[in-house]
Amino acid sequence: MSQIETFYEVMRRQGITRRSFLKYCSLTAAALGLGPTFVPQIANAMETKPRTPVLWLHGLECTCCSESFIRSAHPLVKDVVLSMISLDYDDTLMASAGHQAEAILEETIQKYKGEYILAVEGNPPLNEDGMFCIIGGKPFLDQLKHAAKDAKAIIAWGSCASWGCVQAARPNPTQAVPIHKVIKDKPIIKVPGCPPIAEVMTGVITYMLTFGKVPELDRQGRPKMFYGQRIHDKCYRRPHFDAGQFVEQWDDEGARKGYCLYKVGCKGPTSYNACSTIRWNEGVSFPIQAGHGCIGCSEDGFWDKGSFYDRLTNIPQFGIEKNADEIGTAVAGGVGAAIAAHAAVSAIKRMTTSDDKTEAKQEEHS
Amino acid sequence: MLPLFARMEKIMSDQTIETSADHVPASDVSASTEHGPEKVRRQTAVYVYEAPLRLWHWVTVLCIIVLSVTGYFIGAPLPTQPGEAIDNYLMGYIRFAHFAAGYIVGIAFLGRIYWAIVGNHHSRELFLVPIFRASWWAGVIHELRWYFFLEKTPKKYIGHNPLGQAAMFFMFVLGMIFMIITGFALYGEGAGAGSWADTVFGWVIPLFGQSQDVHTWHHLGMWLIIVFVMTHVYVAVREDIMSRQSLISTMVGGWRMFKDDKPD
Repeated sequence: MSQIETFYEVMRRQGITRRSFLKYCSLTAAALGLGPTFVPQIANAMETKPRTPVLWLHGLECTCCSESFIRSAHPLVKDVVLSMISLDYDDTLMASAGHQAEAILEETIQKYKGEYILAVEGNPPLNEDGMFCIIGGKPFLDQLKHAAKDAKAIIAWGSCASWGCVQAARPNPTQAVPIHKVIKDKPIIKVPGCPPIAEVMTGVITYMLTFGKVPELDRQGRPKMFYGQRIHDKCYRRPHFDAGQFVEQWDDEGARKGYCLYKVGCKGPTSYNACSTIRWNEGVSFPIQAGHGCIGCSEDGFWDKGSFYDRLTNIPQFGIEKNADEIGTAVAGGVGAAIAAHAAVSAIKRMTTSDDKTEAKQEEHS
Repeated sequence: MLPLFARMEKIMSDQTIETSADHVPASDVSASTEHGPEKVRRQTAVYVYEAPLRLWHWVTVLCIIVLSVTGYFIGAPLPTQPGEAIDNYLMGYIRFAHFAAGYIVGIAFLGRIYWAIVGNHHSRELFLVPIFRASWWAGVIHELRWYFFLEKTPKKYIGHNPLGQAAMFFMFVLGMIFMIITGFALYGEGAGAGSWADTVFGWVIPLFGQSQDVHTWHHLGMWLIIVFVMTHVYVAVREDIMSRQSLISTMVGGWRMFKDDKPD
C-alpha cells in the first residue's frame, strides 16, 4: 500500500496550500456534523493515511446516483475522487474501457485484498441466471459476488442497491433484488434515495476514510447521521402541519402560502432522509420547498405504495384499489347492516315467541 | 408454559358454580346450603367482574373512542384552519390526545394482564381460551346456533359465553396487542431514535417493510377494533334483553343476575 500517496500529499502536489487544506478539513467536519475538536483528527488522518482504493460497480440502475455524486459541493467531488479515494474502477467515470477496464478491476481486487471499499450502484437481477444485466460479457451478479468477496466494506448507493427500487417494483420481471440479498457476509452501508443527496454520498465516504470505520448504522443499515430522522421531523413547513393548515388542492390559497403538503400525499412523515436539512444542489432547495410533497424515494418499495398524491397506501389485494380506510368503512358498514338485520329478526322472533313465555310462566305459577 | 396453562384451565373449570357460592349475598346463603350449589342460580346474582376489571373496561371504552376519532383525523385531517400558524395548534392537540389515550390504554392493558393473574378466575377468561376442551367447542356451536335462530333457548353463563370469549380474544385482545405495538412503533418514529418507544418497538417498522406499511396496518387494525366494538355493543344489548342473565349492569356493578331458575 506504500506506493499510494496520502490525501495530504496528493493535495499538496495539486498546489493546494496547507491553509486551504485545513479549511477543507474544518468544512468536512462541519458537513459531518462534528465539532471543531475533530478538525485536527481529520487533518491528521488525511496526512498519514494512504488513499483507500474504491471499486464502483454498476448493476441495473439509471446512473442517477453517479449524477448526484458528481454534483457534491461539500466536499467537492473533485476532492473526493482525485484526492481522498483512489477510484480505481468506475465504468461510467473512468477513462479506460473494455478489456483494459476489466483488467484494472481484477488487478485492484488482487492487489488490495480485504482493503478496498466496494461501492455498488444498482442491483443484480436473478431471473434467467442474471442474464438481464451483463457487464463485460458476464452477468452482473457474478461480478458483484466476485468483487464483494475480498471487499473491506460495501456501500449500497441509492434505493436500487439498498431496497430494489423501480426495477424491483411489482411485478419485478427480472427478479431484481437489493444487494444484501446476495451478499450476506460483509458490512453493507445503505445510502438509499433515488438518488441519494450528493453531500450524503461524499459525507459517508469522508467519514469512512477519516475514521477508518463504518459510520454508526440504524436497524436497517443506514448511517444514523443522515437517516436518523424523517423529512417531517425537520421540515420547515412542520408548523403548518401542527397548526392544521394544509394544501387541499394544488392551486389553492394554502399552496400559495406554503402550507403543509400532508393532504396531497407528502410522504415526509414516513421517509427517513436528510433532504429537509442538507437539501439539494448546494442547499438551494428540496422537493417540499419547491411546493411538491415528498415521494419517499429513500424508503423500501416506494414505487409500490400507490399514488404519490395519496396519504394512505392502496391495498391492491382487494382487486379494485382501495386504501385501508375505504376497506374499513365498507366492512364496518356491512357489519352495521348485518347487525341491524339481525336485530330486526331477533325482535320479530321475540314477539312471536313471547306467547310461549307467558304460557311457561303460567305453568310455573300453577 | 404449557403445564401452567393447563393448570389455569383446570382451575377455571373447577371453579364453576360451586366455588362461586361464597360470592352469593347473605340472603341466598341459606338457599344454597339447603338445596346444594345448583340452587344458587335461583334468580340470584354472582359477583363476576371485580372493581379493577370494571374500571379497566370503561377506561378502555373511553380511550378507544378518543383513539378512533383522533386517529381518523390524523390520517384525514380536518379542513385547514384560518389565520397564522402561530395561532393554531389543532393537529398538535389531536395528536396529543391520541398519544395520551394511547399511553393510557397501553398501561391499562398491562394492568389488565396483571389483574388476570391476581384477580378471580373470570378475569382470566379474556386471555385463556380453552380451545382444547370439547365442551367449550360445543358451547361455541350452541351459541352460533342461537345467533342463527336455530336454538330456542339460550344457555346460562356466569362468565363469558364461549362464542363471546372467542371474539374477545381473537378480535379484541389480539387486536389491541397489535394496535399497541404498531401504535408505539409509530410513536417512536416521532419521539426519535433512542427514545424508549423506538428502543422497545422500533423493530416493528422494518418488519412490515417501512413506516408507510405500518400506517396502513394501523388503520386496518382500527377498523377491526371498530367492527368488534359494534358487534360487542349490539350483542351486549341483545343478550341483556334476550338471554337469561344480566349483561350491561354486570359491567357496571359487577354482579351477574339470572332471570330464571330453570337449569341449563
